[in-house]
Amino acid sequence: MTEQLHPEQPRMDYVDGNMLAGPLQEVFAVDLTTATGRCASCGQTGPVAALRVYSNAPGVVARCPSCTEVMLRLVRTPDSAWLDLRGSTFLQIPMPAESFTTPGPVAM
Amino acid sequence: MGIVSPGFQGRRRPAEPNLPPGQYLTEDFPVLSAGPTPRVSLTDWEFVLSTETGAESRWSWDEMWALPTETPTVDIHCVTHWSKLGTNWRGVSVDTLLDGVDTAADYALVHSYGGYTTNLPLDDLRDGQAWIVHQYDGADLPAEHGGPARLLVPHLYFWKSAKWVRGIRLGLTDEPGFWETAGYHDYGDPWREQRYQGD
Repeated sequence: MTEQLHPEQPRMDYVDGNMLAGPLQEVFAVDLTTATGRCASCGQTGPVAALRVYSNAPGVVARCPSCTEVMLRLVRTPDSAWLDLRGSTFLQIPMPAESFTTPGPVAM
Repeated sequence: MGIVSPGFQGRRRPAEPNLPPGQYLTEDFPVLSAGPTPRVSLTDWEFVLSTETGAESRWSWDEMWALPTETPTVDIHCVTHWSKLGTNWRGVSVDTLLDGVDTAADYALVHSYGGYTTNLPLDDLRDGQAWIVHQYDGADLPAEHGGPARLLVPHLYFWKSAKWVRGIRLGLTDEPGFWETAGYHDYGDPWREQRYQGD
């Protein structure tokens, strides 16, 4: 970590959302850091990889880079993962076109 | 469990009698944080104790530290497995703040500058078990450790000792806090290793 130029500026105590690749890949089959999320607090939309992640904690806490409200929390216990996404309105996840099926009634 | 060699104790037992199960000793003071460190000026700082009726007691920084202080020396235990023994603090006993407060509440929700919350039974804040502290090791409490003031409830895992404490809301029902709504134990007794829900 580089030294802050301004002595009164607080030391950066988070890392970027790319840190979430491993912890989330354990829960989901896709890399969610390329997903786009919307902050439920301020409405900012951006990639999960751009979130501010506080991982030196009892769980992983990802905050909106705009308003710093919590968008995602992930706690790993010995036998479960607890994922709280109430701070995110949505996650838009890139998916391959070949797996797309048109929603609607199934043709008989 | 696999093959157990003769003499194996089954569960790891700490060599240090003051060390709860699953904990290791540390001499430094690790900094854990779930968000940016709030910067609160002492002129703006206040502590609010509210009851289930909505009645509030408020203390400014100067009013808080005009109250009688105590200097507890206690062991602290973090749920991330480190323990630090014989830590020295200065603060006001929560008993002093509760003195004269009319309440029938059984539960407390502690809230902090920055938005953090944690819950515990009101009884665990009474009888010399909890303090609002503003000094550590004879010096002002650094912001990264919860300054200007934090809660200290050393008989529970340290996530209950909320940094940057702003107030306590007393209630008739239990309201889970920040980590308690994300898989961590509602009570958090380190001697019973209550780390996660179901422990």
